[in-house]
Amino acid sequence: MPVDPLQYTPKITLEFKIGEKDFYMAGESASRTKRTLQQLGLNQEVIKRVAIIIYEAAMNVTIHATKGVLKILIDPNEIDVITEDEGPGIPDIDLAMQEGYSTAPYEVREMGFGAGMGLPNIKQNSDELHIETKVGVGTTVKAKVYLKEGGFTSA
Amino acid sequence: MTQYFHSVTLDYEKCKGCTNCIKRCPMEAIRVHDGKAKIMEERCIDCGECIRYCPNHAKVAVTDKLDKLEGYKYRIALPAPSFFGQFKDQEHIEDILNAFISMGFDDVFEVALAAEVTAYIVHRHIREKKKERPQFSSACPAVLRLMQIKFPDLLNRVTPVLTPMEIAARLAREEAIKKTGLSKEEIGTFFISPCPAKVTEMRCPITAKKSAVSGVIGANIIYKDIIRHIAKNQGTGRSGGKQRATKLGLAWGYTTGESRSVNFNTTLAVSGIHNVISLLEEIERGELKDVDFIELQACTGGCVGGPLNIQNLFIGRMRLRELIKKYGEKDPYFDEENLARLYEERLFEISEPIQSRKIMLLDEDLSQAIIKMERLDKITSELPGLDCGACGSPSCRALAEDIIRGMAFETDCVINLRERVKILAEQILDLARIVPPSMAGMPNRKKEEGDKDKGM
Ligand SMILES: Nc1ncnc2c1ncn2[C@@H]1O[C@H](COP(=O)(O)OP(=O)(O)OP(=O)(O)O)[C@@H](O)[C@H]1O
Ligand code: SF4
Ligand SMILES: [Mg+2]
Repeated sequence: MPVDPLQYTPKITLEFKIGEKDFYMAGESASRTKRTLQQLGLNQEVIKRVAIIIYEAAMNVTIHATKGVLKILIDPNEIDVITEDEGPGIPDIDLAMQEGYSTAPYEVREMGFGAGMGLPNIKQNSDELHIETKVGVGTTVKAKVYLKEGGFTSA
Repeated sequence: MTQYFHSVTLDYEKCKGCTNCIKRCPMEAIRVHDGKAKIMEERCIDCGECIRYCPNHAKVAVTDKLDKLEGYKYRIALPAPSFFGQFKDQEHIEDILNAFISMGFDDVFEVALAAEVTAYIVHRHIREKKKERPQFSSACPAVLRLMQIKFPDLLNRVTPVLTPMEIAARLAREEAIKKTGLSKEEIGTFFISPCPAKVTEMRCPITAKKSAVSGVIGANIIYKDIIRHIAKNQGTGRSGGKQRATKLGLAWGYTTGESRSVNFNTTLAVSGIHNVISLLEEIERGELKDVDFIELQACTGGCVGGPLNIQNLFIGRMRLRELIKKYGEKDPYFDEENLARLYEERLFEISEPIQSRKIMLLDEDLSQAIIKMERLDKITSELPGLDCGACGSPSCRALAEDIIRGMAFETDCVINLRERVKILAEQILDLARIVPPSMAGMPNRKKEEGDKDKGM
């Protein structure tokens, strides 16, 4: 099928694999995405929001699931941060979304995580949030940040 | 905007084009093209890594020469705290100060003394303004320049207080005006510097509108003169330079000195530009909110590790510590009341927010930038990923970026080039086997074809 050049939306995808107990990956993928977004000229506010989402979503995969992938899709209108994992799934999403709710084990809390603030933080920093989950199989988190309303600036 | 100045440059004759420096530069600011290194001016933050690392000593810092003194009626030397660690036989601090006078300066003002003022103001500022934690030191200009480019969202956490160098110049000039009655313009203030970043900070300040420093002279330039005059003055009892700084200010010469004197419960000191970068990345992600103040220095070990110093950083630190132990216990020159007045006058604050610099931008237009990024990703994926540096760019990704920016070609990659040559060679061979019909049936051709058939 021929591509209509006027319809064509340029898009880039960043992808990171997240392994179990791969505590570095969340931070590193957030930092690397930040550099990319800086090169694209996005404003600090948007970059900060996206970085928080990436960090929290990837951390959740590391801590609560077995393994997964993190994808960041960027086009001129919006940025999607998606994590797809294989893991226990979330039995009660509403409960998981509550501030302070956490099932993180002791050793994870010792490392400074497990305050139960990750998902609320993701929600607060995204314009749309969709979570699909199947207990015993895995979880997909899709967070969207719009760029149109003042998201982009070259100032 | 004025043209961007920076201090680190290349000694063209000495450069062998070896590519050692390109990997070391934290800003990916160096390329080797046509057998010589080139620094991309607007990216360089004057951290001095390349100076330290170049095996051929082909990277040099441009600082002022002593003849700049001639433009002023009254000349004041402002030695950095680290300068005192450069002497072997534990000279008395005042011997070093006196040497400045006997070599031709009219006065000498220790930057360590100004550092004590800085520490007080920074402390009060953080305590009273209750800003977001952690707060960062503003003292190292190379770190500030790094933040302008790579960590713009952390700039608002730099304590808005001038550097000790700047405060020293202002205090010294004020004193000199009172003492001599000369005008501001007739008084020259000369910082004796361990690093190139201070030269840049004087010429294109980011913390002040105009620097009060008239010149920055490399420690390496003045060192021999000072040594000579120390020897000459021995036993003459000649004086003029009085030590006023205490151990608090002098310890700014090495890492942890600053954070200790700023004095909070929780402080952290990080030195070495690559360490600073990793730490700032953590803070970007929201870590370390419980830390009040972080001292950041581009040079490993702090200012004693500056590339213009004479002594090895560890030796410099040891010497400085010895001096501090011997002469550092003093009553502070500025008492609490003086310091409080200086704080309240707010003359030493950075008045305008430090601006970010978007020099890594691919395109002003977002769609265009994304298209370029798509191409960049594609080119990167086609490069071998060895980051060998033979193309003259620090990594495969950096080469891809240079290609996008029109500064390099895909054939600059020697591995890819080799692959292409191989393909080309095979094609040539194939072509050589094709013979015009007029020659068909000649013995050579038959034989070749026969071999080929057999091999298949
Ligand atoms: N990818 C996931 N797979 C399985 N369970 C998850 C996943 N993400 C979140 N959860 C569940 O939701 C809870 C709340 O997650 P949230 O990110 O808000 O807090 P946390 O990860 O426990 O702590 P914090 O993010 O503050 O370190 C988790 O404790 C966990 O039970
Ligand atoms: S001084 Fe630092 S930033 Fe400048 S070229 Fe050298 S290594 Fe790179
Ligand atoms: Mg979490």
